[in-house]
Amino acid sequence: MSYKGEAAHPSAPTVAKVRMRFAKRGRARFSSHRDVARAMEWALRRAGVPVSLSQGFSPHPRLSWIGASPTGAASEAEFVEIGLTTDLDPVDVAREVGAVLPEGLVVLDVVRSGPGALADRIDGSAWRVELPGVDPAALAAAVDALLAAEVVEVERMTKNGPRTLDVRSALVSITVEDAVTEPSLARHPNDDRTPDDTPPTRPAGETHRRTHARSAVCGTLSAVVRHTTPAVRPDDVVSALRIVAGLEPPVPVKATRTAQGRLDDDGALLDPLEADRDPTGR
Amino acid sequence: MSVDVTTAPESVYDRLEPLLPRVRKPVQYVGGERNATVTPWEDADVHWALCYPDAYEVGLPNQGLMILYEVLNERPDALAERTYAVWPDLAALMREHGVPQFTVDGHRPVAAFDVLGVSFATELGYTNLLEILDLAGVPLHAADRTGEHPLVLAGGHAAFNPEPIADFVDLVALGDGEEVVGDITDVVKAAKAEGLSRHETLERLAGVPGVYVPALYAVDYAEDGSIAAVRPTSSAAPERIHKRTTSDLDDWPYPKKPLVPMAETVHERMSVEIFRGCTRGCRFCQAGMITRPVRERSKQGVSEMVEAGLEASGYSEVGLLSLSSADHSEIGEIAKGLADRYEGTGTGLSLPSTRVDAFNVDLAEELTRSGRRSGLTFAPEGGSERLRRVINKMVSEEELIATVATAYEHGWRQVKLYFMCGLPTETDEDVLQIAAMAHEVVRTGRKAAGRGDVRATVSIGAFVPKPHTPFQWAAQTAPEVVDDRLRKLREAINSDRSLGRNVGLRYHDGQPSLIEGLLSRGDRRVGRVIEAVWRDGGHFDGWSEYFSFERWQTAAAAELPPQGVDLFWFTTRERDQHEVLPWDHLDSGLDRGWLWDDWQDALDSREQDDCRWTPCFDCGVCPQMGTEIQIGPTAGAMAPGRMLPLTPVETRTSTPVHNPRLSEQGPA
Repeated sequence: MSYKGEAAHPSAPTVAKVRMRFAKRGRARFSSHRDVARAMEWALRRAGVPVSLSQGFSPHPRLSWIGASPTGAASEAEFVEIGLTTDLDPVDVAREVGAVLPEGLVVLDVVRSGPGALADRIDGSAWRVELPGVDPAALAAAVDALLAAEVVEVERMTKNGPRTLDVRSALVSITVEDAVTEPSLARHPNDDRTPDDTPPTRPAGETHRRTHARSAVCGTLSAVVRHTTPAVRPDDVVSALRIVAGLEPPVPVKATRTAQGRLDDDGALLDPLEADRDPTGR
Repeated sequence: MSVDVTTAPESVYDRLEPLLPRVRKPVQYVGGERNATVTPWEDADVHWALCYPDAYEVGLPNQGLMILYEVLNERPDALAERTYAVWPDLAALMREHGVPQFTVDGHRPVAAFDVLGVSFATELGYTNLLEILDLAGVPLHAADRTGEHPLVLAGGHAAFNPEPIADFVDLVALGDGEEVVGDITDVVKAAKAEGLSRHETLERLAGVPGVYVPALYAVDYAEDGSIAAVRPTSSAAPERIHKRTTSDLDDWPYPKKPLVPMAETVHERMSVEIFRGCTRGCRFCQAGMITRPVRERSKQGVSEMVEAGLEASGYSEVGLLSLSSADHSEIGEIAKGLADRYEGTGTGLSLPSTRVDAFNVDLAEELTRSGRRSGLTFAPEGGSERLRRVINKMVSEEELIATVATAYEHGWRQVKLYFMCGLPTETDEDVLQIAAMAHEVVRTGRKAAGRGDVRATVSIGAFVPKPHTPFQWAAQTAPEVVDDRLRKLREAINSDRSLGRNVGLRYHDGQPSLIEGLLSRGDRRVGRVIEAVWRDGGHFDGWSEYFSFERWQTAAAAELPPQGVDLFWFTTRERDQHEVLPWDHLDSGLDRGWLWDDWQDALDSREQDDCRWTPCFDCGVCPQMGTEIQIGPTAGAMAPGRMLPLTPVETRTSTPVHNPRLSEQGPA
């Protein structure tokens, strides 16, 4: 006998909206969009942010999500628009929500919504993909093969069954990063030691494994992908490399979305919140 | 118990992370919940790994574990982390890559902790215990463990008969956990400081009230397979172990900061235990018997916990938990106070456990106030009036129908009715009366609601006799009989098509209940069956997609007859008054003579009153435990000055939290 509907009382009207850019880092990358959405709703309640509610028997907070990154991918560029019943200072919202988000979710930017739809300012994503154990030279060869192809179709399971996607046509650019930097060693989020700290006694096997991990090769991709339906994800790009060049990453890749925005003529991404900061609008 | 306290065990997260993209719902393994605590290893003398032996989605919201986690972490000399059963997909990868069972807080190997405390809400978690021990690299048998290994402690309701897992655990804690975990911490800390051996530590722990050390007792069997005696083999072990009882719930306002996970779980709400114990005396209900006496939280205590918990969690639902929430002596005031306080803040209230009477409809109306009325749940448990007298669930059919009529008049459209099948003395006729009742509910509902689309859902579970209840002597009904009665019930419901089409029937087949029965009333001989099932790949037995009756049947047939007993000896056999029951040396406070008399009353269809409202009937708990029932009225208002909104609510908002650091911005 539980019901949170309170239909007798009309919802306070939406008097302002803010747009938030946030990051999904560390272990939070394993959360799904649903997990993130729930965590954000609870955080907004903890922070006391008066979010406007939808009408009807089952009112829910007015949050509009745009292009959530897939489960397993980290992101520095997730976006949500929040309807407010009070016109709050975006700086306060950023600080107060940031203080109560679960570990791994980090507020990066909050602006007051200007005219126009946020979704109209986003049509592409930039991704950085680490492929541990993949030789950068082999990766570069595979990327060249991918770029040389006209169409590279991969299959992915979606909610509506298997779908075929053309990765090549969605790909705006793809490069292999110079192999001078070591990949950041995956660290436990609670582990605040620097990589050089050595615990006093560690089993020999552990030491060996860590040393081995540090010296392992790792190829790193940077790719800009145009948003299509369904969206081409980093895993699809890796599948495409498998198809064109037989590239088989020995362990799961680690992808991070570094930006989302509108693609300009040069294939660069424009910050979608920039227009909201411009007092004249655009 | 790890001997070396100075060396922090390495986190396994580095090795776990590459496996996570390959498993379902990886977020359940990463921790990072809001309000989780990670204490540096070196800062604690005693390290606890608290385990719920089921999937994270079920275990995370468990109140008992959450309470002990906070209680232990508040101690300066202890730390507590949590660990849950991992699904088979990750378990296989962990074995392949040598990643041990880990805690989700610090991702430390479970084997490195001093105590592994496992909370058993149900006996069907026993195979998961073995899986967890194995993944942790801890020997399955307590006898094989050394000073390097954690002390494996079982608690929770199922621990009131821990004999089937006696070989696998070192310690058992009986009753409420809030205080005993502190006592155990004190002893373990001292034992480590003094350098005691594992055996010496166990002997000292046997002296802690409420702690049972199975290895310090021997069981003798008689010719007929029954138990001749259970006797201590050490002077450190008491003859009987008495359960622990936490006396004043207002002194224990836990959880103060509920864990808020990233992963989806079965209960996403702020739960407040409004009282512990139950005096209804339903004879089938182990929880009601072993948690006596009733101890209510004051209305002020409830409101303070709700306020603090909502602020810490952000949850949008408050659950007022207990075994029969509407029985709180001040429930009306509590419900009204909370409904007033949180009206228009997007916060829902629920009373998950209720009894059937008109008062509850008023209460439900208060809780749902102006929202939609979806469904009301009632639990008559027995289909016929006679059977309800046998089980001491005192509800008359007229009362139930009148209540249902009120509910439909007040806007509810669906009523859920819970029953059990296979109760002692039950006949086909008793079960078939469920159909008559469901039809009557629909007929009355249509009239009261003035429309035809009312619904009644009938949910039926098979009855399992439990230790420390008057039915502990009863024969469990064979699964074939239960299944046959449920088939006949379905036919009877559908015999009237007009009424039957508005009745939904949900039930599970009787086979899992027979195994639950084996584990509930089993003795130490059943341990071999559990181990054989686990060795054959059995685990997650509470999940129908993993449970295999055939596997259990095969293991029981192989392991029990050589020990002079069989599956049916433990389940469908009625016990006589003088048989030594495997749990007789474990004292839940109930007087054995009273339980037997209540069993005889049940067989004569005689009811027993509720001692919360009527004089004491000498069940034995209060004098035995040196406790008494604690009920209202309590002094003091509900968080004075805060419970009532300053202005009447006109519009709803999304949060009950007022944050002064959020300032309104002027017009742009």
